[in-house]
Amino acid sequence: MTLLITIFAAVVVTVLWYNRKNDDMRLGTLCFLFWGASLMWLVDAIFEFAELKMEYFTPAPEDMLNDAFLGLAVVALALVIWLVRLLIADPKGSVRRALKKE
Amino acid sequence: MACFLVSAAEAIVVKAVEKGVEKKESASHKEGELQVEETHKIPFSRKLKWLCRMLCGGSVLLAFEHVWHGEVVPWFPFLTAASDPNDAAEMLHEMSTVGVAMAVLVTVVWIGMCVVADVIVKRPEKNIESSKAL
Repeated sequence: MTLLITIFAAVVVTVLWYNRKNDDMRLGTLCFLFWGASLMWLVDAIFEFAELKMEYFTPAPEDMLNDAFLGLAVVALALVIWLVRLLIADPKGSVRRALKKE
Repeated sequence: MACFLVSAAEAIVVKAVEKGVEKKESASHKEGELQVEETHKIPFSRKLKWLCRMLCGGSVLLAFEHVWHGEVVPWFPFLTAASDPNDAAEMLHEMSTVGVAMAVLVTVVWIGMCVVADVIVKRPEKNIESSKAL
């Protein structure tokens, strides 16, 4: 479930990156973050499948729910990392302008 | 248990190499050593940046998963498996199998990405126009 949620997030962000007008939002960073994690969880899933065989596809509902929560938490963490990086880099100068105003 | 450490270690090495390559490239750029053909190439330091970001991003998110599962704690020795010799052996085994496989897969995907990126950059404008029509 975590792998699936991360892959969906990676695909959505990649589509947004492809359709970007300019590089102000630094979506590339988010793409690499999600794709890197997706590849790593894919390896984890392959090893788990090798161990559990077909049982891998029938997880207990409780485990699935926990994995789904983890997936969403991972997406939230990645978004926060991206946002902090974006605000620090401040490519549009919005933060600088706001700080100077006050 | 600590499979993300392998990718994190690779990310540190890649970052160091990236900085070295970046210095070399900027030095050769200043000296005007770049050929006309090379100006259309993606700099190797930029490609290394892609690998570093994938490794760092993956490691951070995987580390979070380990915190979630209680395998990483904020106190010494930071990895719960490290406090027990049996668990430590299992952890090292996991690092050498799953961890190495993760780092290898990300690197292999990155190599593929670099090859495709070079092909896209070299592609003539005409091909882009014809692909738009499809």
